[in-house]
Amino acid sequence: MWDDNEMFLFRSTVAYAMRRQLPGQQFSVPNIVVCNETARVSFWFVVMSPDMGSLIPKQQVEKAVRMSRGRINSAFMLTDHTLEFIGIAPTLASPYTPDTPPWLIVFGVVMGVVVAGIIFLVGSSVVQKKRKKKQKSTDNNAEVNEEHSAVNEGVYNMSFTDEERITRI
Amino acid sequence: MAKTKDSGVEERPQWDNKIQYLLTCIGFAVGLGNVWRFPYLCQIYGGGAFLIPYLIALVFEGLPLLYLELAIGQRLRKGSIGVWNSISPLLGGVGIASMVVSFLVSNFYNTIMAWVLWYFFHSFQNPLPWSVCPLNEEHTGYVTECEKTSPVNYFWYRQTLNITPDIETSGSVQWWLVICLASAWSIVFICFIKGIKSMGKAVYVTATFPYLVLTIFLIRGLTLPGATDGLTYLFTPDWEILKNPRVWLDAATQIFFSLSVAFGGLIAFSSYNEERNNCERDALVVGIINSATSLYASIPVFSILGFKARTAYNNCLQDNILTLTNHFELPDQNMTLENYDDQFRYLQNKYPDEIAKLPLLDCNLQTYLDESASGTGLAFIAFTEAVIEMPGSQVWAVLFFIMLFSLGLSSMFGNIEGVLTPIYDLKLVPKWIPNQVVTGLVCLVSFAMSLIFSLESGNYWVEVFNNYVGSVPLLVIAFFEIVGVAYVHGMKNFSEDIYFMTGSKPSIFWKMCWMVISPLLLLGVFVAYVIVQAQTYPTYPAWNATKEPFPGNETLFYPNWVFAIIILLCVVPVVPIPLVALCRLISRAMGKTSTSARSDPNPYTNDAFEIEPQEPKHREA
Repeated sequence: MWDDNEMFLFRSTVAYAMRRQLPGQQFSVPNIVVCNETARVSFWFVVMSPDMGSLIPKQQVEKAVRMSRGRINSAFMLTDHTLEFIGIAPTLASPYTPDTPPWLIVFGVVMGVVVAGIIFLVGSSVVQKKRKKKQKSTDNNAEVNEEHSAVNEGVYNMSFTDEERITRI
Repeated sequence: MAKTKDSGVEERPQWDNKIQYLLTCIGFAVGLGNVWRFPYLCQIYGGGAFLIPYLIALVFEGLPLLYLELAIGQRLRKGSIGVWNSISPLLGGVGIASMVVSFLVSNFYNTIMAWVLWYFFHSFQNPLPWSVCPLNEEHTGYVTECEKTSPVNYFWYRQTLNITPDIETSGSVQWWLVICLASAWSIVFICFIKGIKSMGKAVYVTATFPYLVLTIFLIRGLTLPGATDGLTYLFTPDWEILKNPRVWLDAATQIFFSLSVAFGGLIAFSSYNEERNNCERDALVVGIINSATSLYASIPVFSILGFKARTAYNNCLQDNILTLTNHFELPDQNMTLENYDDQFRYLQNKYPDEIAKLPLLDCNLQTYLDESASGTGLAFIAFTEAVIEMPGSQVWAVLFFIMLFSLGLSSMFGNIEGVLTPIYDLKLVPKWIPNQVVTGLVCLVSFAMSLIFSLESGNYWVEVFNNYVGSVPLLVIAFFEIVGVAYVHGMKNFSEDIYFMTGSKPSIFWKMCWMVISPLLLLGVFVAYVIVQAQTYPTYPAWNATKEPFPGNETLFYPNWVFAIIILLCVVPVVPIPLVALCRLISRAMGKTSTSARSDPNPYTNDAFEIEPQEPKHREA
């Protein structure tokens, strides 16, 4: 809710910004003159010098506001988009760029797992083959095993099975 | 086991269980197209009305082809080349054509996987990189190209693809895409390292995970504001559209490509089955699940697109509200989305001149809904834009890209299988080279070839391959497959085969389809497709970064040399069919024993009983 207290806060933040910009000059709230307030919460303001004698030129006020923009915004918990000073473009904060792009980190993790998997699988199959070779050369029961798997010897000739079906007795 | 090897027929790998086989086939059929092509077609062809041509095409074209491939692979127990050599040596070229198409498709398909991986890697940061524009060099503003289009477009076209304005400017190889390609091929390799043993285990995850994510997105999507807009837009039937023959053509082609027939992969998969397996039920299961998945996927996709349209519409209105509030000095929050229309009308009546001078945007929800997108545009532009607006964007982005990756990976399995099994069938490699090395070599060669797609113009080449390799050759192959089985092998023989495998002969419906309906449909689709393509000189959408006033897509004609390559891509895969038939005829006329069937006894057909090689129908006499 915008009320007189908020306006007071605004004027004091602008005074703070002027003090930062022109050090030595003790700006305070009465030096910030506001007029043409509307229900929209938009208004004009001018800055008088501390002795209320002369107006501070627009460029100086603009510079002051630009420098302290962040503090003014945070006093009202607003951002550059929600608090607009007409004529003062918002300075763009440079986005946070980490030293190593995060995508390379994820890529490294994924590739590490994949390569480790490949090495493990290929290695285990090589080891298994070596074990099989050793077993075959020293195993005397190989023939016995193969006799049991007689079913797999040779190949079943399918063209005869069809005949059996047709010639039903 | 060694003794069976000596007799010339090595043991064939087998599936661990039926579920692995079904999941592999389903995974092969269900791919990226189910998510990003079918909902788009539904949208542009009048929503619910599109389902009619789609289901008709499924029943009369898709299911018979699927059943045929599964049955023939299971019966003859060989990959695509072996199967067609067994049916008739003159048809051997069909298998080679399948192999070439599988190889070419796997190249560009894995490039899309590489892009998905790239986006996946980038989903782990806050804010998401495609939600903000990067600053220009002087830090005075955002990069112009990004400001004028949108951060999402900029991230896709510039930071991912670094695309050139046209296909002729090739640019250089993008290193980040190369390493993403390397990861994609490594993942494919590790899944294939033990043949179907390792792949069969991988499909437990890759085939089921997409359904889980789709369900999560369904629940999330339906709770988003604007979901109902998208869904009503999708499903409102426009019956008039059925009069447009283009709809029927697109439905037939969509079913055909969606089921992944004619690649040879399905034949290879079913050849690892046991002999007596009900392949009719398998075909029905795979076909119906594939179409059901398309329908199921279109619901979350369109809820989210509706949400995106509603959000864009709301943003547009908010901009107008801000302009009006500033101009008329209204109190803040006086004008809201709910009372915008009333207030606007009131202001327009009171101050018509001032309103006319204000830069108000024209906000129309329908325009945003009409921004239909398919293919990579849907995944990498529309969906990523929607994800930014959802709370917890990183989670949704990660889930979405993992889902896309597993959808594509399970389809890649089928493509690679369609390349590897014929290599083993043709006995191109000596026995002492282990399978892993062959698989690794195939992956390496494919990786080298797909480096073309990592050029700056790579996206244009992917479009070329996608539109031309993955379309016309498949139709031709499928036509020869169906004619080969129905007429060369003989419907009588085929019925006997099916009786042997399933215990019952195929019904009259299947026979009618195989002999008459499906070949005619395929021929019709092929002719219509060629006519439609030949009507206009092919164009492609190019991204022009320097176009004034706004960078964006402009339609360019393909230059002549690219057109020549397109013709090559359509013709080269299909050329083996007549070529092999010609070679075999010539060698037979010269009296040589050229068929490999003699030197490599196929245990399922004994050629000794073949009286006349030209009429294999009398084989059983």
